[in-house]
Amino acid sequence: MNAHLPLPADGDAAIVVTDLAKNYGEVQAVRGISFAVQRGAITALLGGNGAGKTTTLSMLLGLLRPTAGSIRVLGCDMLRSRYHVLPRMNFTSPYVDLPKRLTVRENLRVFADLYGLVDPSSRIAELATQFELAPLLKRAYGNLSAGERTRVSLAKALLNYPEVLLLDEPTASLDPDIGDRMRTYLEDYQRTSGCTMLLASHNMGEVERMCGDVIMMRAGRIVDQGSPGDLLARYARADMEQVFLDIARGSADTPPAPMAF
Amino acid sequence: MRAPLPPLRLHPQTGIAASARRVRALVRRHAYLLLKSWPRIVSMAYYPTVTMVLWAFLTLYLQPTNSFLRDAPGFFIGAVLLWDVLFRGQLGVSLTFIEELQSRNLANLFVSPLRLREFIAGQVVLSVLRTLIGVGGACVFAWLLFRYSIFAMGFPLIAFFTLLIAFGWAIGLAVSAMILRWGLGAQELAWAAIFLVAPVSGVYYPISVLPPALQAIALALPPAHVFEGMRALLLQGVFAWDAFAWAVVLDLAYLAIGVYLFRGAIGYARDRGMLLQMGE
Repeated sequence: MNAHLPLPADGDAAIVVTDLAKNYGEVQAVRGISFAVQRGAITALLGGNGAGKTTTLSMLLGLLRPTAGSIRVLGCDMLRSRYHVLPRMNFTSPYVDLPKRLTVRENLRVFADLYGLVDPSSRIAELATQFELAPLLKRAYGNLSAGERTRVSLAKALLNYPEVLLLDEPTASLDPDIGDRMRTYLEDYQRTSGCTMLLASHNMGEVERMCGDVIMMRAGRIVDQGSPGDLLARYARADMEQVFLDIARGSADTPPAPMAF
Repeated sequence: MRAPLPPLRLHPQTGIAASARRVRALVRRHAYLLLKSWPRIVSMAYYPTVTMVLWAFLTLYLQPTNSFLRDAPGFFIGAVLLWDVLFRGQLGVSLTFIEELQSRNLANLFVSPLRLREFIAGQVVLSVLRTLIGVGGACVFAWLLFRYSIFAMGFPLIAFFTLLIAFGWAIGLAVSAMILRWGLGAQELAWAAIFLVAPVSGVYYPISVLPPALQAIALALPPAHVFEGMRALLLQGVFAWDAFAWAVVLDLAYLAIGVYLFRGAIGYARDRGMLLQMGE
């Protein structure tokens, strides 16, 4: 079931995706999805494994060429002129690492230079404080625990003061305490900078807490969209975990409402 | 209400200065890696030095009875050092790419403002640095052990160096494309590919000794013209402008092919989502 979607226009949207599709041979990983993410909003992209979330994020980043459709980020056509907007974006993904033999400071310094930071040292120091990385700065990235690496990846993602942040499982492998602090930091950053965040996560508590809007995907399609509150009411569930299970298993008996942008 | 961002947190993102800064960042990333590992630096000079020593002793052995080596006693040493310029130049480009693949760092690079042409420029700069370290070390030992100075060739050395390393970049880009296309299992190509052209490069013998079919192949490759030019310089004391011109034209053609293949492989990877998922 694919929701009936009006074509999104840029307007106040930071991200506008129109009829986006990706085929791998006969396999349709993403099947003509359209959605918009409002500027300054934190939106969740949810779905089970293989729903098409990472494929969608990859296309948004320009790492994957769509079979069809268009993507506009901050008003720029990502398929034609992504270099105009890449300095204003960043991302984290569990599929990507940083060079393991470089220290944390060296890694951050390299990416600070790639993004053209005017004062890399002070930005690295600032992020090291906020992400509690100061004791790790001289350690090789490859020697860090999974949770420490996640924090470093988040710091790297925030180096360039991004206006659009794509986060694929941003707090995976963090213990509840550090995970909570990272979420607080991301929320603070979003409040103070107006950053737009699109978040793929399997942590429904995180989604309920952080996201004003949720896009639900299944089998390459968007099957529902709305605020966590709307979805809870629509599916008559007590928490997003149950809504997720209803939608991911296709057992929802409440038809999704048409989506409006 | 959106809070205004403080001004000038980022440098301008377009123009030569911005490109240079991003290339420097890539070079910095690999310099960090190299400089913290003295075995890596030693290993870069090790192979060229050992090969040079072998050919130098062979020269010493053959020189008393060989008129060619009496006329050009430093020929083999010069040839092996220049061959290593080509080899190190190619390795520098290929290994930079392999390192990014193994680190699963390509996605981070390709969603940063780093352009593909800047990535290639970074590979080229690193190739020059690796070559200078590797072959430079061997040149020092050639002087210390055998009192042979490759700089005795004079200004033509600059032409030979440039033409050979440029062909190395072309092969390095083609090898990088193949590794991206077929995965890290193909990384042995980085070490083996250049030896495919070694027999027809005329490094140690003139092209004229090759069978006609191989001569035609040799003359379609820049190294054959460079080494013919080196022979003309050492034996006749002349700079062979025609060989130089051929090598320049062929280098430009092969560089264009190398860039085309690499760009094509990146496009192939972008179609299949390999930039996000390739790695060890």
